[in-house]
Amino acid sequence: MAVKIKDLPDKELLYGHKACQGCGGAIVARLALKVLGERTCVVLPASCISSVTTIYPQMAFFVNSLTSAFPAAAAVLSGMAAACRAQRLEDVTLLGFAGDGGTIDIGLQSLSGAVERGDDFLYICYDNEAYMNTGIQRSGLTPYGAWTTTTPTNNNAVGEKKFKKNLFEIMMAHRIPYCATASVGYPLDLLNKLAKARDIRGPKALHVLAPCPTGWGHGPEKTVEIGRLAVETGLWFLAEYEKGQVKINYNPKKFKPVQEYLIRQKRFRHLGEKDIAVIEEHRDKEWEILKKHAGRVE
Amino acid sequence: MEKKHFLSGDEAVAFAVKLCRPHVIAAYPITPQTVIVEKISEFVASGEMDCQYLHVESEHSAMAACMGASLMGSRTFTATSSQGLLYMCEMLHYVSGSRYPIVMVNANRTIAAPWNIFGDHRDSLSQRDSGWIQFYVENAQEALDVTIQAYKIAEDPKVSLPVMINLDGYVLTHTYELVDVPPQELVDQFLPAFQTTNKLDFEKPKSLSFSAPPEWQTEFRFQQFEAMEIAKEVINQVDKEFGRVFGRTYGGLIHEYCCRDADYVLVAMGSVAGTARIVVDQLRAKGKKVGLVKLRSYRPFPKEYFQDLGQRVQAVGVIDRDISFGYEGAVYSDVKAALYRPGAQVKTVNFIAGLSGRDITKENLAQMYEPLEALALGEKVSEIQFTGLRWT
Repeated sequence: MAVKIKDLPDKELLYGHKACQGCGGAIVARLALKVLGERTCVVLPASCISSVTTIYPQMAFFVNSLTSAFPAAAAVLSGMAAACRAQRLEDVTLLGFAGDGGTIDIGLQSLSGAVERGDDFLYICYDNEAYMNTGIQRSGLTPYGAWTTTTPTNNNAVGEKKFKKNLFEIMMAHRIPYCATASVGYPLDLLNKLAKARDIRGPKALHVLAPCPTGWGHGPEKTVEIGRLAVETGLWFLAEYEKGQVKINYNPKKFKPVQEYLIRQKRFRHLGEKDIAVIEEHRDKEWEILKKHAGRVE
Repeated sequence: MEKKHFLSGDEAVAFAVKLCRPHVIAAYPITPQTVIVEKISEFVASGEMDCQYLHVESEHSAMAACMGASLMGSRTFTATSSQGLLYMCEMLHYVSGSRYPIVMVNANRTIAAPWNIFGDHRDSLSQRDSGWIQFYVENAQEALDVTIQAYKIAEDPKVSLPVMINLDGYVLTHTYELVDVPPQELVDQFLPAFQTTNKLDFEKPKSLSFSAPPEWQTEFRFQQFEAMEIAKEVINQVDKEFGRVFGRTYGGLIHEYCCRDADYVLVAMGSVAGTARIVVDQLRAKGKKVGLVKLRSYRPFPKEYFQDLGQRVQAVGVIDRDISFGYEGAVYSDVKAALYRPGAQVKTVNFIAGLSGRDITKENLAQMYEPLEALALGEKVSEIQFTGLRWT
């Protein structure tokens, strides 16, 4: 059922945290709890969100929460789900809330295992495209061309030389009951996906693009705008995988020029025309694959 | 009525776990532990055990899943060994620092390289400072009994610490013995249903396993230190209570054999203690005043006991089935530090023995008492001795 913004509860379940102004990850967490409600238990691996919310004695989550080891969020969720079954605890939402590195790099093994086991949890990867908590180091979800502290751009270097791993396809390959991508630039789309995931039993994964003013080099007031531009330029996509089928939620007839997205962020300022051509070519290839997925019936 | 079963150490552990009724088991196979989780899988499949069994993809996830289950209010179990224990090392600290009363059996096996599947204590000793209570058992019966005791100790609200029961690889894990398996009613009477305050709460939501800034970390560490100190008393009490219910006791932190009038004693952990008692009998028959201390609880360490022992005997030898390169056996360091109080005249020697499954024979043990006798007579001997070394 579609979510109506006016029906969302006023009660905040995450506040008083120490995140940077304009933190995309904090927006995702706040919206998620609005939909998932008070009987949510949040598992946070090492990440920006864990280090700005659960520092004794000031706890910013007003639902049950815990920090897990970096690689272990999904395994902890799996154990919690097993405990719910064993103790016949019902009406509990188990939420993993992890950054890109905690999901796609160090956390991928445990996520794969937990999804394979079919345990009932929702896993959100809020993707700010680098290890922001440790000071902007590249991760497996850092996009091509991005400057980070470990992909420096001095001497005309391009920055990150590889393209983002595709978490959506990795989850599809697990035949997960539900996975979706989203962006903080499209909050209603995100809320609807959260609501859908809440009502499906088994593992669910949401990959949400969450711009980071500190790491990306844009104003804190631009987070939502950047999150929209990523989608409008085709560098990010909104899609769902459910019951073996892929649905593209937003399919622009014509992409905006990628420069409109790149130029607004310091991390891409060094890129030249050749790099931009590489980015566009890769984008177009990825969209071809995505459209093939969407046309395929399993 | 207790029933006698012909069981390996691994199987005895599986029977104990079944009797303790855990809600969630998460495990990953590794030799020589695997028989434990295979047997438990059979119990679950046949309906003899009502619990959730998670086939996790690594030991790290096994311990993480146990942590997740424990903090939801479930009794948990896992078993591992060697490389697997090291792979879950990060989670060991998470669990102890968060004070989840998880019980685990570690089938002692050496650490690669050189790669080897046989037993020594290198795996668990390397986790000495992980904040877990560590027991070392001597035979399959003790493995079963201590597993039951372990839940009671871990779940004591004054303790609330995880417990690792160490079982010598192959010598105990794969050796069959007659084992008394107590009836379920007796175990239920001894071990109450799982309770912990350290779990999530839907009435008053909590944060667990949180971050602590420099202003607070010391206080949390002090609480862990205190809990371990309290555990010393609880371990002794639980062993006594176990004796009242089941008719078997083990001495709590340590077990002494012929130490009362001994001039010199050996200190050992695990299965070698059984062989050493026979050697003590043989030497006693020859008039030698020798004794044996079986160290059962390595953490918490029975410091007070050894402080006292240092005043009573002339020489102490410590068998380490491992060595801390650049120094000496870790158990030896700990024992020595406790023995040497101001004025103590006791002499010590360290035997590095039984590495990677090499047998420690009666002859080896008898020979260990020789330098102890020499020390007691005031002679000098080398402090670190590798037992059975090819090159001398």
